[in-house]
Amino acid sequence: MKRTLVIILFFGVLVGWWQLATMTGRWSPVLLPPPLAVVEYLWGALRDGTLLEATQVTLYRLLIGYFMGIAIGLPLGLLTSTSDYSEDTIGALALGLQTLPSVCWVPLALLWFGQTESAMLFVVVMGTVWSVVLATDAGARSIPPIYARAARTMGSEGFDKWTRVILPASLPYVVSGMKQGWAFAWRSLMAAEIFVTILTGFGLGHLLQYGRELSAMDQVIGVMVVIVVIGLIADKILFSPWERFLHRRWGTGLK
Amino acid sequence: MTLAAATSFEINASPPAKLLVEAVSKWFRTPRASVQALDNINLTVAEGEFICLVGPSGCGKSTLLDIIAGLTMPDQGRVLADDQVVAGPGRHRLVMFQDSALFPWLTVFGNVMFGLKRVPDLTRNQRREIATYHLKLVGLEKFGKAYVHELSGGMRQRVALARSLAPDPRVLLMDEPLAALDALTREQLYLDIQDIWARRRKTIILVTHNVREAACLSDRVFVMSPSPGRLRDEFRLDLPRPRDVNSPEVAIIASKIMAALKGHLSVAPEAVE
Repeated sequence: MKRTLVIILFFGVLVGWWQLATMTGRWSPVLLPPPLAVVEYLWGALRDGTLLEATQVTLYRLLIGYFMGIAIGLPLGLLTSTSDYSEDTIGALALGLQTLPSVCWVPLALLWFGQTESAMLFVVVMGTVWSVVLATDAGARSIPPIYARAARTMGSEGFDKWTRVILPASLPYVVSGMKQGWAFAWRSLMAAEIFVTILTGFGLGHLLQYGRELSAMDQVIGVMVVIVVIGLIADKILFSPWERFLHRRWGTGLK
Repeated sequence: MTLAAATSFEINASPPAKLLVEAVSKWFRTPRASVQALDNINLTVAEGEFICLVGPSGCGKSTLLDIIAGLTMPDQGRVLADDQVVAGPGRHRLVMFQDSALFPWLTVFGNVMFGLKRVPDLTRNQRREIATYHLKLVGLEKFGKAYVHELSGGMRQRVALARSLAPDPRVLLMDEPLAALDALTREQLYLDIQDIWARRRKTIILVTHNVREAACLSDRVFVMSPSPGRLRDEFRLDLPRPRDVNSPEVAIIASKIMAALKGHLSVAPEAVE
């Protein structure tokens, strides 16, 4: 109860400052629209369906790209953690490509795939995979070796050891890898949508970009708010259950 | 501790094993040096015997235990368990580690079940029955649904003991399992281990640096010296059981073992290659 109150107070004050700043008249409303204008835009876009449609298109791309990235990245990460050879090769490649901002994939994607959904997915997957590989690899390397030793003395080797010990033991790291991947997928998709204009779907990034082209700052800020809110909700829905599960089993976490 | 009525089938089926360690030597090689960890270890352990290896840290006692377990291979010599050469770890020689090494993703019951799932020819119900029996044996039948992090250090080692005993190994190898516990918990576990050993006859090798623990629990105590690790003295203990770790008889033997330990330490350690 008290915490909810603090949250409301904090954001209330933030919006209040914003409102006050616009009322001073020092900044043109074209550059800094009042909060109410943003709310008005969001309400309008919600009612004429553009916002929902754009959100739907974006989420669809995001989820497909994200799960492809996870499906490739998690096994690769576990693989690089198990041998020095794969670490020196795939691991080094992942490290190199992870430093590459995902927007740098856009020119390549456009030339290879043209202005298509595939180009969009390619950028998201490339932006996601490498960070997932690195997070999973780092995690799986920190599994206490005593688990594997204990399992071996109980007669658990090979496939049985992998499925019953290594995989569950790496679960906390897999989840952090997935979380990392989510953040990177979201960023990559927004970069792709802002830079790649395609006819098959009109996403949130496009909405943002058109807001800029029309100098509709209320639209720009409104879409940014939507992007932040979606990120927060996804975090709650996708990862909180896992984190609660880990917390209950491993006894980790600060609370 | 109270025990359940005998179960419908034979829980303690495997007889304890005889162990033979023959001329085992082990080196640890780093890029810069080669350190001999064990030098020509010979050891015979009878079926159902309780053996202690004591020595200062670095004397190779844990390495020897690993070799007997099959987790590490000796550079020279071999280990025979019931006349079979030990070529790798196996469920007939289970290890209890200092850190309980329980799996946090499983409940207490799940941990005890882990090794049982590798035992062939058991039905699901038999496995559950055996796991329940062993949780009762260590007095934790009410904690089957708990997770590892919810248990105290002493309870964790009890679960680890139940987990090691449940698959019915023929040898139990204990690597300082009680070293991290407080004195009171440890003394309780001395009694529990003696009680359990009396019921479930196993060949046990316990590694420790605690001479009282060794005197309290074992039939024979071997004193090791470091650099390279060697077996130096053997003490045979004929005290009646169960033994109280605080009894004068145990204390007298413990002081003799301690004197032997100190005797080896005062000798200048041989040069390491």
